[in-house]
Amino acid sequence: MPWILVLPALVGVAFLVLPFAGLLIRAPWSTMGARVTEPDVLAALWLSLSTATTATLVSLAFGVPLAWLLARAEFPGRRLVRAVVTVPLVIPPVVGGVALLLVLGRNGLLGQYLDAWFGITIPFTPVAVVLAQVFVAMPFLVISVEGALRGADRRYEEAAATLGASRVTVFTRVTLPQVLPGIGAGAVLCWARALGEFGATITFAGNFPGTTQTMPLAVYMAMQRDPEAAIVLSLVLLLVSLAVLVTLRERWVNA
Amino acid sequence: MRDSSPRRSPSGVTRVLCAVAAAALTATACGTDGGAEPADERGELHVFAAASLTDVFDDIAADFEEDHPGVDVVFNFAGSSELAAQINAGAPADVFAAANTSTMDQVVGGEGLDADWAAENGEDGAVFATNTLRIAVPPDNPAGIEDFDDLTGDDVSVALCAEEVPCGAATVTAMEASGVAITPVTYEEDVRAVLTKVELGEVDAGLVYATDVIAAGDRVTGIEFPEADEAVNDYPIGVLANTSDAGLAAEWVELVRSETGAQVLAAAGFGTT
Repeated sequence: MPWILVLPALVGVAFLVLPFAGLLIRAPWSTMGARVTEPDVLAALWLSLSTATTATLVSLAFGVPLAWLLARAEFPGRRLVRAVVTVPLVIPPVVGGVALLLVLGRNGLLGQYLDAWFGITIPFTPVAVVLAQVFVAMPFLVISVEGALRGADRRYEEAAATLGASRVTVFTRVTLPQVLPGIGAGAVLCWARALGEFGATITFAGNFPGTTQTMPLAVYMAMQRDPEAAIVLSLVLLLVSLAVLVTLRERWVNA
Repeated sequence: MRDSSPRRSPSGVTRVLCAVAAAALTATACGTDGGAEPADERGELHVFAAASLTDVFDDIAADFEEDHPGVDVVFNFAGSSELAAQINAGAPADVFAAANTSTMDQVVGGEGLDADWAAENGEDGAVFATNTLRIAVPPDNPAGIEDFDDLTGDDVSVALCAEEVPCGAATVTAMEASGVAITPVTYEEDVRAVLTKVELGEVDAGLVYATDVIAAGDRVTGIEFPEADEAVNDYPIGVLANTSDAGLAAEWVELVRSETGAQVLAAAGFGTT
């Protein structure tokens, strides 16, 4: 065992795990059951799981083609596009939420026409929650998939093409299966980030129980009044997401 | 969003620069007060104040420092409950000005107020200002809001503070006292977030404080409503037990509660007692 690697790795694990242990130690176990089954908590949990999953599906639908474009297509300004795609990773989510309001809000660049022509307003709806999550989480998927595409052996694609496969066939029958683990890993990252999303959600979608109050928002609100309730909610979110991630990892990433 | 770092007024910066310059050059006449000495601990007054008092206290500090040459008012502006926690944890503070009585009570029951000052001015601090709820609407008032009752309309979208934060608690008090039940589209995490939603025109109205309406200038219009009188927020101030200069701290509190202080507070939208 090379200690020069093992020691820092142990420090890293301890640093990541200790806060979790802190939550476990401080958790009010005696009242745990009653708190977890409160209707508001279940509503927030369901909203979180359904919006994060929807956001991941949306990110897959748009993010995988985008990653392919960045990895495989030659076009002017590609580096600029790549930089722009990663912007949501660097800007504070609250700023992202304000930006979404300025574009899709009732008086936003596009939102005003949605309202005037179709009578659709997005803020304060579950749709806004999903959009906020896609905005902050899709870059994780795009970066993972792009990395997988760059690492993939292109000779298989070239062989398929010389055998007469069309570009779409090459993509669906050769490229996609090759990078599937990368897509799986990216989707898991994306889902996890969407599940924990707070800043952009509360800014763009607001905070209303059952409609837009996801678990992270419920945790924040509980923190203001009852820190113990906040710990319980955090643990629920942590355990559910861990369970999902562990199950998926077995099935997907090692596929 | 909140600035919780200590702020220095310009004269403080000058003093520090003097001290630094003096240290670097070992002997330099810097100003008239023999700046070779480092900044005097006792020349600083540490005021912990609710974030909503930022502009007002900066103004008052300019007056105070003019009347007290060599004294430097150092602020720590943040949410009242955060400040109360810092004070009870032993932060070096001379004065605490809170945005509600409950956070002052936390300090009174914790680190405590200066006994002499409290005996003279009130065991729970002295209320020096009040803040009242206002309806804030976008300048074009798209939903034609005129009074509190209008906020209950089915097609009116309203942003309220979450019940967990002070402005939300005041909102609930006003609703309960008047029997007006508003169903908002969102419960925002603080009063500034409500204001932002109104400024951007994302909601037809929001409930904020009078001081927020004034701070927002012409980006929102404020509407007074009588039901707000049921939920007035008191701002208490007090000299703290672990002050290093009770006399100086008491003078600051006096200035805040004086006619001069009241004028500055009133200009910012606070009610004064």
